Amino acid sequence: MGTLVEEIFSHRLERPVAAGDIVIAEVDSIMSHDNTTPLAIEAWQKIGKPIKYRDRIVIHFDHAYPAPNIAAAINQRRALDFIREQDIDNFFHRGICHQVMIEEGFVAPGRIIIGADSHTNTYGAFGCFAAGFGSTEIGVAWATGKTWFRIPETIHVRLSGSLALGVFAKDVMLETARVLGMDGATYAAVEYSGSLIESLPMHERIIFANMSTELGAKCGLIGVDDTTIEFLESQTQARGPFPRLRAREPSYQQEVAIDVTELEPQVACHPRVDRVKPLSELQGMAIDQVFIGTCTNARYEDLAIAARILEGKKVAKHTRVIITPASQRVLDQIIADGLVQVFHDAGCVVTSSGCGACIGRHGGVLAPGEKAFTTMNRNFVGRMGSPEAEIYLGSPAAAAATAIEGRIADPRKYLE
Amino acid sequence: MARAWKFEDNVNTDEIIPGRYNLTTVPHELAEHVFCEVRSDFAGSVVAGDIIVAGKNFGCGSSREHAPIAIKGSGVKCVIARSFARIFFRNAINVGLPILTCDEAHTIAEGSELDVDLATGKIHVRANRETLEASPLPAFVLAIVQAGGIVPYVREHDIEELE
Repeated sequence: MGTLVEEIFSHRLERPVAAGDIVIAEVDSIMSHDNTTPLAIEAWQKIGKPIKYRDRIVIHFDHAYPAPNIAAAINQRRALDFIREQDIDNFFHRGICHQVMIEEGFVAPGRIIIGADSHTNTYGAFGCFAAGFGSTEIGVAWATGKTWFRIPETIHVRLSGSLALGVFAKDVMLETARVLGMDGATYAAVEYSGSLIESLPMHERIIFANMSTELGAKCGLIGVDDTTIEFLESQTQARGPFPRLRAREPSYQQEVAIDVTELEPQVACHPRVDRVKPLSELQGMAIDQVFIGTCTNARYEDLAIAARILEGKKVAKHTRVIITPASQRVLDQIIADGLVQVFHDAGCVVTSSGCGACIGRHGGVLAPGEKAFTTMNRNFVGRMGSPEAEIYLGSPAAAAATAIEGRIADPRKYLE
Repeated sequence: MARAWKFEDNVNTDEIIPGRYNLTTVPHELAEHVFCEVRSDFAGSVVAGDIIVAGKNFGCGSSREHAPIAIKGSGVKCVIARSFARIFFRNAINVGLPILTCDEAHTIAEGSELDVDLATGKIHVRANRETLEASPLPAFVLAIVQAGGIVPYVREHDIEELE
């Protein structure tokens, strides 16, 4: 009996647990990437104990891959030496860690996954517990196979209504960030449910789990239903049986209800994810770079809606438009379906898969005074390069419309 | 005695240490750039034992441990904030940077001279002879901090002992 996070831990520990309990639990996967693995190696070496479960370690190169400078190359060299010495099988350099974790079957209901990346939360869309941890704890988990958790209180976000044309899960999540604020869910789990969530496919549900980080949450969770299981069986390497974990007679710390029926496309304004306004209020703002990518919005469906808007059109002459698919598999799909050609014909640059411009070190760094419109999940000062650049966040459709006009533009007129 | 460096709400990890400097994990190298964009005088003027006093949600943003390492590397004795972002909270404990949560942190003025007792959470403000109370850390957190971080803890103990 309890919230979804209580159900997940009770299922795993085979005893009832409640918010506030401190537990030690086995972890199923321990994820890290090129940026965070070197520190985890340092921590693990200082502990001086052997790796407990080699097959639970999963390492990705995605943040700055292929290496854009010598320092990044040295970091990757260190990680590679460790991977070779410890004979780590689960080593990937085929896209953003969070997308590849899902594709490769590491994510399934009831699992407990920790990752040295703040958007590890993403997997919570599949009814598992997943949270971002620091590298040191990753090194500790390599040595112990376990870590400590404080079972969080839960904020329940009930989403109802149906989405208007040109409005997407991203817009709903930005509205949720406006309502709850950047620290509105600090330490808490955020559980999303309601008729809207039930109607959404997995690539849209993922947005809510992914961007729970931006609310300060420990994790973002969605209960398991047929949609979850069908996706796992058809789109990933995960194999069941999958426990149908859902909240049962839960007691929530806070309840928020949002009806999305009247919601317009939204934009998060520089430099806060919760400084959210209807896109119509920002329409016409000149944009120097459009970036469609990241663990939030670079899946096949995200790129397909952008391509639908860009097909047969040209992007604005003085606006750079960069498209970075979430994974090599997504890139393969957009090549096979001709979407890459659509993007090229429109004047976009399609890059190899990975985190790309989101980390401000390669693949689309901003100059002082520039403004970017992106599908990212955060818009902090200096995130994409110069601290004097500004970042605005919205949906892939809004980004595509903005690319055409070179100014923040309403996607709805391109979808009618 | 320690000097207070005041910060506002929602100080994020990019402000503590911008991503482009995260190519090293050496504490004193990271410390050269700590707060460089939001408080350019900090790295040059901070003295070992000084204290950061901040508002709500300190350390929000990425999971980078470079942020608490950079602060610790600068010689800061502890961070007092009205609240901390979740991952920063865990990371600070794990790297052995003491942190105290105090709802009245905002009443401490920039440059105040403070005496902080980490064991009791008592913060003495010399100027007005006021003593503020920070929330005591849970016992298991104290055990990790007293060991000097999670790594020394796990080196000496079985992790199950924390429960």
